[in-house]
Amino acid sequence: MILAEAAIDTKFANISNILVYSAMAVFLLAFLAYAAEWTFGGRSRVARQSAALAAKAGSSLGQAVADAEAQETAARTAPTVAVKVTGASGSTTTLTRTVAAKAGKVDVVTRGDAAPPVDGVGASGGDEGADRIGRIAVSLTTLAALLNLCAVITRGISAHRPPWGNLYEFTVALTMIASLLFVALLASGKNVRWMGLPVTFGAVVGLGIAVTEFYVDSEQLVPALHSYWLWIHVSGAMVCGGALYAGAIAAILYVAKDVYESRKAKDTVKPDGWWSDVFERLPAAATLDKWSYRINAFVFPLWTFTIIAGAIWAEAAWGHYWEWDPTETWAFITWVAYACYLHARATAGWKGRKAAVLVFIAFACYLFNAYGVSIFINGKHSYAGI
Amino acid sequence: MTTDLDAAERLSSAPAEDDGGGGEVGIGLLGWLRWGWRQLTSMRTALILLFLLSLAAIPGSLVPQTAASPTRVAQFVGNHQTLAPIYQKLGLFHVYSSFWFSAVYILLFVSLAGCIIPRTWQFVGVLRAQPPAAPKHLVRLPVYATWRSGAKDGEAGAEKTLDAAEALLRRRRFRVARNGNAITSEKGYLREVGNLLFHISLFGMLIAFAVGKLFGGMGTVLVIEGKAFSNNVAMYDDFMPSTFYTADSLVPFGFKLDKLEASYQTSGTQVGNARNFQANVSYWTGSDPTKAKRASIEVNHPLSIDNSNVYLTNNGYAPIIKVTDAKGDVIFDGPTPCLPQDGNNTSTCAIKVNDGYVDDKGNATQLGFSALFTPTAAPQSEFKTMGPHSIFPELLDPHLYINVYHGDLGDNSGAPQSIYELDTKHMKQYMLDGQPLKFDRTPGQGFKLPDGGTVTFTGVDQWANFTVAHNPGTGWALTSAMMAVVGLIGSLFVQRRRIWVRAVAGEDGTTTVEIAGLARSESARIAEELADLALELQDTAPADQPDEDAIATTEPAAADTADTAAEKE
Ligand code: HEM
Repeated sequence: MILAEAAIDTKFANISNILVYSAMAVFLLAFLAYAAEWTFGGRSRVARQSAALAAKAGSSLGQAVADAEAQETAARTAPTVAVKVTGASGSTTTLTRTVAAKAGKVDVVTRGDAAPPVDGVGASGGDEGADRIGRIAVSLTTLAALLNLCAVITRGISAHRPPWGNLYEFTVALTMIASLLFVALLASGKNVRWMGLPVTFGAVVGLGIAVTEFYVDSEQLVPALHSYWLWIHVSGAMVCGGALYAGAIAAILYVAKDVYESRKAKDTVKPDGWWSDVFERLPAAATLDKWSYRINAFVFPLWTFTIIAGAIWAEAAWGHYWEWDPTETWAFITWVAYACYLHARATAGWKGRKAAVLVFIAFACYLFNAYGVSIFINGKHSYAGI
Repeated sequence: MTTDLDAAERLSSAPAEDDGGGGEVGIGLLGWLRWGWRQLTSMRTALILLFLLSLAAIPGSLVPQTAASPTRVAQFVGNHQTLAPIYQKLGLFHVYSSFWFSAVYILLFVSLAGCIIPRTWQFVGVLRAQPPAAPKHLVRLPVYATWRSGAKDGEAGAEKTLDAAEALLRRRRFRVARNGNAITSEKGYLREVGNLLFHISLFGMLIAFAVGKLFGGMGTVLVIEGKAFSNNVAMYDDFMPSTFYTADSLVPFGFKLDKLEASYQTSGTQVGNARNFQANVSYWTGSDPTKAKRASIEVNHPLSIDNSNVYLTNNGYAPIIKVTDAKGDVIFDGPTPCLPQDGNNTSTCAIKVNDGYVDDKGNATQLGFSALFTPTAAPQSEFKTMGPHSIFPELLDPHLYINVYHGDLGDNSGAPQSIYELDTKHMKQYMLDGQPLKFDRTPGQGFKLPDGGTVTFTGVDQWANFTVAHNPGTGWALTSAMMAVVGLIGSLFVQRRRIWVRAVAGEDGTTTVEIAGLARSESARIAEELADLALELQDTAPADQPDEDAIATTEPAAADTADTAAEKE
């Protein structure tokens, strides 16, 4: 195919390596900045006000917090009133949206309590200084994601082929996808800065493992990978992996926050304790749960497609589209685990935490498939390259 | 809740969960059967079965499987004297055709059938019937708005409002039914269609898979450069038939391996890694090789002939050996394929001379050469530690290291023999000065046997291993799988929802408008949609006192209403 005889361009390969290390360093800085935001955002006066900070674009921080406070009071006392549609001449649209915004904080979780969930104010806790650090962290994440992207591109240029032909390249591309998705969500105005800490953590760990454990020089591909399905199937698996990571993070935080919320309801948390300080700033459990569901539901068709693409490739490469090769088997197990999760959500008895546990299991299956199977189990996939 | 509200709120044909265990106990066998069926087709059972299915699939990825690699199974059996018989009993060497794996997925599919057949009927019923009449108390629905329009038009005003609402909803492609002073409208049936399509497609995939298993088959064959293969059982090294695909099902076709091209990395840290394999063949359909066409077969690019695919699966070298007996007659002259043992194609060979060898005393015997072939021999200095081996997979400095045996090859004993191994049980090694005879030869070189014969290593051919596979049902599997994805997208992302509008003329001639909405799925945009509708209705029925009367209410029960707007902000 395209890749046949072209030689490796070592200049680009070296640039790619440097970019990987740079991205790793910047991710680490971003991680520290998020951690600083969480630290300095604690204990400030506004920190304990639960409210959606990002909701009011353009208004000042104090205003936003005050609004959020008012909203919370309103939510507790009169959860019913939500929208006002003024007469035909009024500026109706904005008001309409406001309704939905309030309604929108209720979702999915049928934990019985009536009040719509109120999201925490965010890591900065409304503190201007902490917020500035948080913004720096976001900028650093963006920079690191771009460096990571360039590292992947230059690697591809150096070898004249899709830059995900072995476990090293797969991992580098995976952190790229996860961080770019995160940045894209932020850029589209979603309130997901709380994901910053785990996303950058994952990126640092992922890149670190990639360079120390999986590194191989940029080279052409083994014949088994000479196929345009490498573009389709493997990039599908990567996008799924990056997104599923986010889905799993949201599920973990959801369970943690949910435990916290139910303890709080029983008055068994210290209101001034360290835990409550952190948890009060996180989005509401219901919001986290919703994020987790959405991401996983979004990925499921894509994962299905990835498996189908793999099956078509297997048909061309090995003579049968499904032979229960270990990687195929684990892709199937992962798929069934996520199907389990979606079913669990659709059934009465299995919402909330139980469903979240299924997400952990399913994501663990994904990870095991991408790494465990490539490393420990001897199958037909010639991917590891280590 | 009132019953009309219950009816109005049924937005999915998902089966109602039946929590009661054994409610029908006491009404005999039929009752039990019915109970069992209901349990089997419940969502909870589906969930458990799905979970079991993923658990059951695990052992097959950890224990070697006969279907994938019989040699590794044999190895495992050899190494685990106690475990192996237990595994054997449990079917752990063929998990995916074991009784317990089959049981899980068959139960799952029975459950699935029990689930989707009634659902389909119910859904057809929904499509044929009108959307259910508006409940009496719209205010109890999750999303709700009401206002008074003071245009004092009486009944006509209410009618006009309903007309407008109906037009609006129809424009938004809602299915609308008008009933007295109220409208019920519904949209998003594609969710249900998608869900049914997805689950039915799973059956399609299962059937396609079964067809492949019952009507498909494959065989493998090793072909040396310049030699030909024709599609009949006798030519295969290994033929794996199935219930309906037997030796008689093979259609005549054939191909000749003209040339095998292999290229390898020549520099860098990955030196010796394979870069390209390509088998250039001439192939024909029917049994007439003179009408051959040329083609190339590569990894990932099989050749399709007459509903069978020919795959290039392996390749290696075949040293050519010429043997003369004591009288000087050439009794053997040809290539013998050797099996690569490492990435540099260090290969082992078993060269067997079955007939014709007569030694200097006139005794007939069989000869066997147990040999190691290295396409690029490592320097002698490395032999001490690693023995003879190859340092590059291409033919740069080929060497053949030969041990020579004579006696009985044992291939008449009936037991199947590997063509790559020499059974030396009934053979003796030639000796010279008390040492076993060993030779290290390059192409063109030969040696003399102590009993008069000669052996010459004349050259090297290449061979390729092909898999010929017949896989019916693949197209069906693909179609079903694609339909499953389409169905999934509908099932997960389409929102099914209802909107009600009621307009009532008051005593004073004003019109009271109520609108309410319901969506059951996660993250529906129903509140936004309702607000939009309320807004557009202002043209026809403007709200009286904007600040107080026009209120869309979101009850807490609307757990799953629009969170989307929240994120827009
Ligand atoms: C063979 C394996 C199966 C797979 C992979 C599978 C997968 C799925 C998926 C991905 C969904 C979409 C989830 C959603 O709408 O949120 C779904 C929905 C559904 N499945 Fe399955 N399913 C399987 C078997 C079954 C079985 C055996 C049953 C019945 C006993 C069943 C009944 C349903 C129902 C009723 C829904 C829709 C729930 C609703 O409308 O809210 N499925 N399934």
